[in-house]
Amino acid sequence: MSCSRRQFLKDVVGGGLVAALPASAFVFISSDEAKAALAETKVRWAFLVDTTKCTGCGFCVTACKNENEIPFDAPVTRTWVERYVVTKDGQTHADSPMGGRDGFTQREIHGQEIEPEDIDKAYFVPKLCNQCDNPACVQVCPVGATYQTPDGVVLIDREWCIGCGYCIMACPYGVRFFHPVKKVADKCNFCYHRITKGLQPACVQSCAFGARRIANLRDPDDPVTKIITTERVAVLKDEYGTKPNVFYIGLDENVR
Amino acid sequence: MNEEIIVHGVEWTVKELFVYPNEYIYWSIQIVMYPYMTGLVAGAFVLSSLYHVFGQEQLKDIARFSLVFSLALLPVAALPLLLHLQQPTRAMEPLLTPHFTSAISAFGIVFTTYALIVLSEIWFVYREYFVNQISVLKNARGFWNRARLVVYRILTFGAHDLSEEALRVDHKAAKILAGIGIPVACFLHGYAGFIFGSVKANALWMSPLMPVIFIMSAVVSGIALCMLTYIVIMELQAFRLRRSGSASQAGEVKGAESEIITQAARYLLGFLVAAISLELLDLIFRGYTAMKSWDILRSVMYGKDFVNIFVLQYTLGNLVPFILLLLPGRTVRRTVLALVLVLFGVFMMRWNVVIGGQAFSLSFSGYMHYHIPVIPHSLETFKEGLFGALTVAATPFVLFWLINKFVPSLRRVPGET
Repeated sequence: MSCSRRQFLKDVVGGGLVAALPASAFVFISSDEAKAALAETKVRWAFLVDTTKCTGCGFCVTACKNENEIPFDAPVTRTWVERYVVTKDGQTHADSPMGGRDGFTQREIHGQEIEPEDIDKAYFVPKLCNQCDNPACVQVCPVGATYQTPDGVVLIDREWCIGCGYCIMACPYGVRFFHPVKKVADKCNFCYHRITKGLQPACVQSCAFGARRIANLRDPDDPVTKIITTERVAVLKDEYGTKPNVFYIGLDENVR
Repeated sequence: MNEEIIVHGVEWTVKELFVYPNEYIYWSIQIVMYPYMTGLVAGAFVLSSLYHVFGQEQLKDIARFSLVFSLALLPVAALPLLLHLQQPTRAMEPLLTPHFTSAISAFGIVFTTYALIVLSEIWFVYREYFVNQISVLKNARGFWNRARLVVYRILTFGAHDLSEEALRVDHKAAKILAGIGIPVACFLHGYAGFIFGSVKANALWMSPLMPVIFIMSAVVSGIALCMLTYIVIMELQAFRLRRSGSASQAGEVKGAESEIITQAARYLLGFLVAAISLELLDLIFRGYTAMKSWDILRSVMYGKDFVNIFVLQYTLGNLVPFILLLLPGRTVRRTVLALVLVLFGVFMMRWNVVIGGQAFSLSFSGYMHYHIPVIPHSLETFKEGLFGALTVAATPFVLFWLINKFVPSLRRVPGET
């Protein structure tokens, strides 16, 4: 068999390309799955935080850490509570030691003792992932390991995350971190494994004051959705264009 | 759970005032090294293209050298990323499932394209040499010579034609590749700037000027490193020649060296002016528009990072070498000092962007301080510490030494055109 060098090189390159095309490049899905993926879902998860009810007990943080297997003493957390103290001199003092896990029992904030008579106002603000409509973290993931489900929750594929940290950098809310054991990006997902089974997120269930509630925005009869749609609520950092879905009652201008 | 618990970033981050609980300096020294090394690659290539494309004859000697040097630098542009990944075994995933809304997903594609261009350009430039080596080594004895013969045989890919026509085609191909290479090199690096400039959550990084600033400083650092290495190697050659008694040859080497350095220094100064102008424009614009983030940015730039930014980067890294290179009566020693300072200045610029961008909290009410791990006590503190960075910095020189064994970029062949 005669074969010119040119032909040989052509065959090698062509054959190489075909051989390099992995079978996994094609995804086979059943017709039901295809329908489910295309159909308009009846669920859009959202969250309502009533800051006026939060006492800063930190039970939500403890519950979250236990439920989602985030090492208890690791200084990272999927949800946290911030304390704000605005003093009469116009200063805002804020802290969140261990994410507020153990409550706020110290009067000191960053080594500064604040006398009660100097305080104008003080309050607690729970924080968690905003499950944005336009999530910056999903946009920047180079491998598609973090993605948005049709019901609006942003999830992370622990088997596929390369741990580059770009999503952590991209989130304006600082909700993401590297899981201390799994070594991949991690964050709150509204306890997706619970809410999809009709249960409440761990933090919601553990809140004794009803400061945290989960809502389905597509259900007009959902009592929490009714509050979000009919009462005055605010979101965090809307200037980033991320369209967050955690709504706050009683959000103060000093909240960062 | 018996697994070891290491919270990435806790080791080297010190928080001050109100910082969100999950915030740490996640992108540390290796992400400083990444744009630095990529910049050197791009800069070295641009320098070599000045000769190949624009026919700057004075740069001929350094052009060959910087082309081969940019190949030695190339793998090292990817190394810091690999060392930084929390899951390094998954490093190929951006190529398998690229998510194209992410700037990082393009890295493998841009990088591979660029690598192919550099490799093929070197091949076209050196094919004649490879073929000649085969006839030289054909009857040579000894294991080393035989091994070299095999390598050169493979390197020619069977193309042994040395006719005038074939060499003309080689030359033309190298020129075209160098031409395509310039925009690709700029893209490779401008894209590194885009990775930072497009992070809207980061008040310091987000700027459309970032990619352009990165390209300019990349060319500056690339030219500086090539000049520096070239001077060192040429001085060594002249020193050796002097010791072996051939003073006239030594003088010849030094004369050629001085001419090249003068020419390259001119380009260096041009790009340096462009880089500084853009950086200052960015700074002035931020101060003038004084958006919400300006308060914290100002306190970082004029306060906590003042020495890093204004003393080390702008004064010592830009202004001083600028004056050193412009003052008349330039000596080799002064040039070397200026080049070292330029390289240091560009490094500090990368540092101030990457580390400085994480020096303040997303809350705009707190700060984070970076303490680079010096003595490693775990894999992580090695990888993301001083020694990891030094490993990255040293690798291109080792690679260059190796590549240069087969692709001599410094030998001045007598009578060669």
